[in-house]
Amino acid sequence: MSEEVTNLTDIQLDALKEIGNVGAGNAATALSQIINRKIDMTVPQVAIMPLGDVPDVVGGPEVMVAGVFLRVFGPAPGSILFLLPRESAFYLVDTLMGRSALGVTKTLDDMDQSALLEIGNILAGAYLNALSYFTKFTLLPSIPALAMDMAGAILSVILTQLGQMGDHALVIETEFSTDNDGVKGHFFLIPDPGSLGTILQAIGVKE
Amino acid sequence: MGELIKVGMADYKVGSNPASLISYGLGSCIGIAIFDSVTKAGGLAHIMLPDSTQARPSENPAKFADTCLPLMIEDLQKLGAAKSRLKAKIAGGAQMFAFANVSDIMRIGERNAEAVRAVLKRLGIAILAEDTGGNYGRTVELMLETGIFRIKTIDQGERSL
Repeated sequence: MSEEVTNLTDIQLDALKEIGNVGAGNAATALSQIINRKIDMTVPQVAIMPLGDVPDVVGGPEVMVAGVFLRVFGPAPGSILFLLPRESAFYLVDTLMGRSALGVTKTLDDMDQSALLEIGNILAGAYLNALSYFTKFTLLPSIPALAMDMAGAILSVILTQLGQMGDHALVIETEFSTDNDGVKGHFFLIPDPGSLGTILQAIGVKE
Repeated sequence: MGELIKVGMADYKVGSNPASLISYGLGSCIGIAIFDSVTKAGGLAHIMLPDSTQARPSENPAKFADTCLPLMIEDLQKLGAAKSRLKAKIAGGAQMFAFANVSDIMRIGERNAEAVRAVLKRLGIAILAEDTGGNYGRTVELMLETGIFRIKTIDQGERSL
C-alpha cells in the first residue's frame, strides 16, 4: 500500500478523534460566545473515505454552501475548511450583524463576507489551539478566503491536494448546530499528505 | 429523454444516444466531453489532476488527464465510435479561492486545463469549445442526442457549448 491513511490503527484513529473533539469543542465555544447561543456539536468523525465520496458528507456535490478556507502553516501543514449550507450562512450573518429580522439576508455584501471570514478565522484559531497543545507545534493559520458555491467545487480545492498522494482522504469532521434556529456547519481538518505522520509522531502514537 | 449517467470525481463514463452524461459540482477539476457525431457515442471524464507522473502511483487512472483520456477513447471505440471523428469540449478548471500569493497548489485549475489541452492534442482530438477558469463551480452535462455540452453555474448563468 502506498497510502498512509488506509493503514491507521484504531489507537491512532482514536487519538486523532480526541484532537478533533477538543479542537471542535474550542471552536464551538468560541462560536457560541460570538452569537450568544447554545451550540451543539456531534462527536467528531474520523473517516477514511474515497476522495469522490467526501462531498456526500455535506449532502452531495451540488448543494449550495458557503466555505471559509484557511491553510495551516508550521511543522504539520494542512487545510481547514468551514462549510455552511447557504441558508445557515445568511442566518449566521443576520445574527452577527444584529439585524432585527432573521432570514432577511439573501446575498452577502462586503461587510457580511468580512463577518463570515472573521468567524472562520476565530474558529480555525480555536481549533488549531487544540492541535498545537497536543503536538507542541506552532501552527499558524493563513488569512481566510471565502467562496459561495457548490460543495463539490469548494471541496475540490482540498481534494486535489490529497489526490496527488492517494485515493483516500482522512477527514476529521464535526457538525455544529444551534438548538432551535437551524444554523448548521461542518468543520473539516485535512492534514496535508506527510503531515499525518508528523502529527502521529508528535502525539506519541506513531507505529 | 434517455438515461442520466452520473460521473463522479476522478471517474469517467461512456454511453450512447439517447443517454446523457452528467457530473456535478466541478471546481478546479475539468470535465472533458468527447463525442462522435455520427454514431452519437460519447464520454464524459471528470479529472482532478494534470499529470500521473508527478504524483504517487494510483489505483485510479481516471484521476489524471494523461491516463484517463486514452482509456475513455478506447471505451468509445468499443461502442463503435471512430477515433478520427471524435471531438472534445471541456469545462471547469476554476480557482475557487483567491489568495494574494497564488501558489502552485491554488493554481491547480489552470494547470489542469493546460494538461487537458496538451493530452487532447497528443491524441489528435480537436477541442471545439471550452469554458474554463473563473472562480465558480460548474455542473456539466453532455447530451448524446445532440452532442451539446451544457454548463450550469450558481451565479454565472447557464450556457451550452
